[in-house]
Amino acid sequence: MGMTMTQKILAAHAGLKEVKAGQFIEIDLDLVLGNDITSPVAIKEFEKMGSTKVYDKDKVAIVLDHFVPNKDIKSAEQCKISRNFAKKHSITNFFDVGQMGIEHALLPEKGLVVAGDTVIGADSHTCTYGALGAFSTGIGSTDMAAGMATGQMWLKVPSAIKFNLKGKPGKWVSGKDIILHIIGKIGVDGALYKSMEFTGQGVKELSMDDRFTIANMAIEAGGKNGIFPVDEKTIQYIKEHSNKEYAIYEADEDAVYDQVIDIDLSKLKPTVAFPHSPENTRSIDSVGNIQIDQVVIGSCTNGRIEDMRITAQILKGKKVHPDVRTIIIPATQKIYKQCLQEGLAEIFIDAGAIISTPTCGPCLGGYMGILADGEKAVTTTNRNFVGRMGHPGSEVYLASPAVAAASAIKGRIANPIELEREV
Amino acid sequence: MKAEGKVFKYGNDIDTDIIIPARHLNTTDPKELAKYCMEDIDKDFYKEVEDGDIIVALKNFGCGSSREHAPIAIKAAGISCVIAKSYARIFYRNSFNIGLPILECEEAANKIEAGDEISVDFETGEIFNKTKNEIYRAEPFPQFIQQIINSDGLVGYVRNKLGR
Ligand code: SF4
Repeated sequence: MGMTMTQKILAAHAGLKEVKAGQFIEIDLDLVLGNDITSPVAIKEFEKMGSTKVYDKDKVAIVLDHFVPNKDIKSAEQCKISRNFAKKHSITNFFDVGQMGIEHALLPEKGLVVAGDTVIGADSHTCTYGALGAFSTGIGSTDMAAGMATGQMWLKVPSAIKFNLKGKPGKWVSGKDIILHIIGKIGVDGALYKSMEFTGQGVKELSMDDRFTIANMAIEAGGKNGIFPVDEKTIQYIKEHSNKEYAIYEADEDAVYDQVIDIDLSKLKPTVAFPHSPENTRSIDSVGNIQIDQVVIGSCTNGRIEDMRITAQILKGKKVHPDVRTIIIPATQKIYKQCLQEGLAEIFIDAGAIISTPTCGPCLGGYMGILADGEKAVTTTNRNFVGRMGHPGSEVYLASPAVAAASAIKGRIANPIELEREV
Repeated sequence: MKAEGKVFKYGNDIDTDIIIPARHLNTTDPKELAKYCMEDIDKDFYKEVEDGDIIVALKNFGCGSSREHAPIAIKAAGISCVIAKSYARIFYRNSFNIGLPILECEEAANKIEAGDEISVDFETGEIFNKTKNEIYRAEPFPQFIQQIINSDGLVGYVRNKLGR
């Protein structure tokens, strides 16, 4: 029986010729990731396991990104645990303030993940690296501890849903709109325990940044991982960022899928997920008049350079609405610097937005833009659960950078096309 | 192993931001986390929960973040077991890894109501509802999971593997 792309990678890393959906296996890991929230728990468990050494100091990555620069005393204490651990074990890929970025934007940029790798991370959006043709999945802290100690992880081989993408997305339709559309269609548990394998002619129309955004939100459909085939764009990206050897795996022609879903990219419109679930989507034409108090453009979903450029394109020469606090967070130091070099930062400031050092900050209601009771925000992040960005009575609307930027100007959820018409 | 207690019942898609809001993640102390467990949808949960009590929910319980703080908070609050129609996968593995037994059972999830007194037999997967005098059967744990349970969670499993 044929295997899916994911199953091929898993079989190779389990030393097996073949694996089947539902089978329990243990795989070798190419990278184990943790952040400032999950690593301290993992470190405690790592010690309980009786481990004295990480399995490979080059294959553990610890990124402090959620609550740094330390937002309060408690988070300072948490970060200190990770800092000490990284020193003690000479962790090569430890990223602290000044080096760090939001983990899932940072790792590909640093060339730490390439096609064919197996990556686990104590952060649910670890599935992002599927954009590179790697198997990557979010796990918990105890799994991270076991991964650091043994270089292995247990898992149940997933079955898959195949998303057959065709056509070319129209103007203002981005990876974010595609994945929101998909989640709206299949629901937040539509891909529970499964791989989401994106294939078809339409893939080549998507930039790497689009693919990162799409794979990033596989978890919002319940997916174990989201994965893209490796093409010239992938290889070019990997060569630009990494010296690591990559391996290309392809699904067998007779691979079995639970479901095949066709998506015509040319038919999609900018899409917004209403509170309080990413599946609660509406096309931009049917959002109605929703006044907003805040816009956040950033996160591991949409804080990459393309997102910054689109935001600047829309904000250029305009002012954000006086009632809308507009917070722009480039996801890494490199992207931040690019924003300065390309003149994007100036556009943001002139428009009345602020630019922050890379951080998860408001995405999880940590700091840097917490909402009060009854306030509404349009954000490019990935979750709009109750209380995600602050008060349980606040509301988060998920959208693309283009929609978020247009909304910042209009003071309500807006279609970027409206601004074009005004020129 | 058995669990026995009164039921707290919740609906579909209970996410990790509900189980333990991110604003409380600046600590890893289980006792501290337990105080805020479920507070955004059930602010009296921590006040009312007693040792051994059981959470019953519908589909996709534990969706969202990978934070192990979620099952840790539930366990530290005194909950002995969770029963749901289905779980988000990271929550599922985290629970076994930290030693919080969780069961999938559609019938139990549908029929059990808040406040029911129930008991669960982990060996047989049998769930007995004392209040309604009904029996439901959950899927027994897969063999590999049983190994982890027998090692008292993943820490024990890895200790054995490393020969510590
Ligand atoms: S940006 Fe948001 S979703 Fe991404 S890693 Fe940070 S907190 Fe998680």
